Amino acid sequence: MSEVLVVVDHVDGAIRKPTFELLTLARRLGEASAVFFGSSDKGAEVAQKLGQHGAEKVYVVDDTEIKGYLVAPKAEALAQLVEKTSPAGVLFVSGYEGKEVAARLAIKTGSGLITDAVDIEDGGVVTQAAFAGNYTVKGKVTQGVPLITVKPNSAPVEEVGAAGTVEEFAATISDSAKKAQIVAQQPRKASGRPELTEAAIVVSGGRGTGGNFEPIEGLADALGAAVGASRAAVDSGWMPHTFQVGQTGKVVSPQLYVANGISGAIQHRAGMQTSKTIVAVNKDEEAPIFELVDFGVVGDLHSVLPAATEEINKRKG
Amino acid sequence: MNIVVCVKYVPDSTADRQFESDNTVDRVGVDGLLSELDEYAVEQALQLKEKNEGSTVTALCVGPEKAVDAVRKALQMGADQGILVSDEAIAGSDYVATSLVLAKAVEKAGAENKVDLVMCGMASTDASGSVVPAMLAERLDLPQVTFASVVETQGDQVRIKRDSDTATEVIGATMPLVMSVTDQTGEARYPSFKGIMAAKKKPLETWSLSDIGVDASEVGLSVAWTEVTETTARPPRTAGEIVKDEDGSGATALTEFLVSKKFI
Ligand SMILES: Cc1cc2nc3c(=O)[nH]c(=O)nc-3n(C[C@H](O)[C@H](O)[C@H](O)COP(=O)(O)OP(=O)(O)OC[C@H]3O[C@@H](n4cnc5c(N)ncnc54)[C@H](O)[C@@H]3O)c2cc1C
Ligand SMILES: Nc1ncnc2c1ncn2[C@@H]1O[C@H](COP(=O)(O)O)[C@@H](O)[C@H]1O
Repeated sequence: MSEVLVVVDHVDGAIRKPTFELLTLARRLGEASAVFFGSSDKGAEVAQKLGQHGAEKVYVVDDTEIKGYLVAPKAEALAQLVEKTSPAGVLFVSGYEGKEVAARLAIKTGSGLITDAVDIEDGGVVTQAAFAGNYTVKGKVTQGVPLITVKPNSAPVEEVGAAGTVEEFAATISDSAKKAQIVAQQPRKASGRPELTEAAIVVSGGRGTGGNFEPIEGLADALGAAVGASRAAVDSGWMPHTFQVGQTGKVVSPQLYVANGISGAIQHRAGMQTSKTIVAVNKDEEAPIFELVDFGVVGDLHSVLPAATEEINKRKG
Repeated sequence: MNIVVCVKYVPDSTADRQFESDNTVDRVGVDGLLSELDEYAVEQALQLKEKNEGSTVTALCVGPEKAVDAVRKALQMGADQGILVSDEAIAGSDYVATSLVLAKAVEKAGAENKVDLVMCGMASTDASGSVVPAMLAERLDLPQVTFASVVETQGDQVRIKRDSDTATEVIGATMPLVMSVTDQTGEARYPSFKGIMAAKKKPLETWSLSDIGVDASEVGLSVAWTEVTETTARPPRTAGEIVKDEDGSGATALTEFLVSKKFI
């Protein structure tokens, strides 16, 4: 069986959940191998976790010459690894970095690229959501090595106990790949809540919060959810941009999305329409968001949310 | 500074967008316009021109004949000249082929006067791949500074702020380079009446594939490196249950719903 490479998304060796989802998908296409760009010291520890989730092999690419630069060196290293392993596919997490490394790799290796997959079936048929989720599109890569970026929450995390054998891979990085330098980097502060794109539940607030996100955060905490925001809330300076859900923010597809004081503009829908269950609280019964919901409450979020939060906390006992 | 800004012509995202029977995006039946995310790229290009005397901004678009509307809008906003690369053979091209055509057009546009900056939007509103800028950088062998939320330049030195998934980063590079900008860079200007009148006199060229030295066999639907096999309209969501909140009934109903779906 051919190898399928999964590019590991991690922060200092802490593997992010979507990587494990990719391993599940990779095993439908062949034998899963992970590619870890990081410090060699962390290789063994990381490989053990990746093995648990189905990686037979873990290529450890020391990132001393890679981490200070934007995407180009990673694409170069991957092109060399693709050359060596002739994989049946390379999977990336859909995010700025995953997409752009894949884009450069596509040109380098003469391979087709499909972005924002929500599913991959045996045989390499890829499902995407198009036009803000109004269409479902199926397709395939027909040339080169299929390169696919996959949205978080597109597959279950499975524990399978594969070998996770470490193999060091020495890549050669050219000077021309080192022209876009990362001059400064400030890691995002942990909010103590689940990450927006990974969360099973997202509770969002919009202009209707009037700038008071306490009811949103209260409900989020009662449900163990991540907090999101509309662009109106971000533009008003109530929430940082990293919380924005939508076309120019994060695209989420959780099990449950609760939109509060959000009208449901097309650009917001583009970021949440593929959520499994959608709930809205809005005081305007004509708000377009109600066209999408499984359950909606016409009411003031400032009274409905705190009361619901109290009831939920009581039920949980 | 010689700036080329890549602007895409897309179906209006507030209209009923659809696919053709060959599974390509319907770019003719649905009203199209300049992708609104590319307006931010035009705006940043114009601001750089204003800061650097003697600069020119060229709007470049690959698309059907109607796509000239996107170029014209960029001219109305203030770009100096426009180029539309249009050729029947291009129809149905995927990212890879589109980036090839754009790269060759950028090379031709810079044949006499080297292009310092290729400016792009963060994503097209139809494909929303966010990959064409990186592909362009790869093809042109240029550094990329992409997804900029803040742009700073001093001569040919460029710094941008980028909100990646896990960190906020400052990226630095020297021109020539490829840049893409997000809507966080700030409001795009509206064309003024004067701008609209002036645009009518600005140079606007249409190039075919042979003008840029690309063979028809390298682009288009039949040679795309990806194939769309099926497009289905998502079934409309079945009408959900909507309740009116009266004296706290909304909170109880909401809680019941969440319990019934096992979220609690
Ligand atoms: C290029 C571009 C990109 C964009 N990208 C994004 C994006 O990524 N994400 C995004 O969200 N938007 C995006 N937008 C903006 C989008 O078009 C909308 O303007 C935005 O989503 C509106 O946010 P909102 O629903 O919070 O505000 P509004 O549309 O003002 O809606 C507020 C809602 O709150 C309700 N409300 C008010 N008070 C209460 C109350 N007390 N209790 C309950 N309900 C109440 C109102 O009835 C109303 O429905 C983009 C726009 C453009 C042009
Ligand atoms: N056909 C096109 N013509 C001109 N520019 C384009 C075209 N396609 C993509 N671009 C540029 O590349 C950016 C990202 O596009 P995409 O990768 O399709 O999301 C857009 O915002 C444009 O700046």
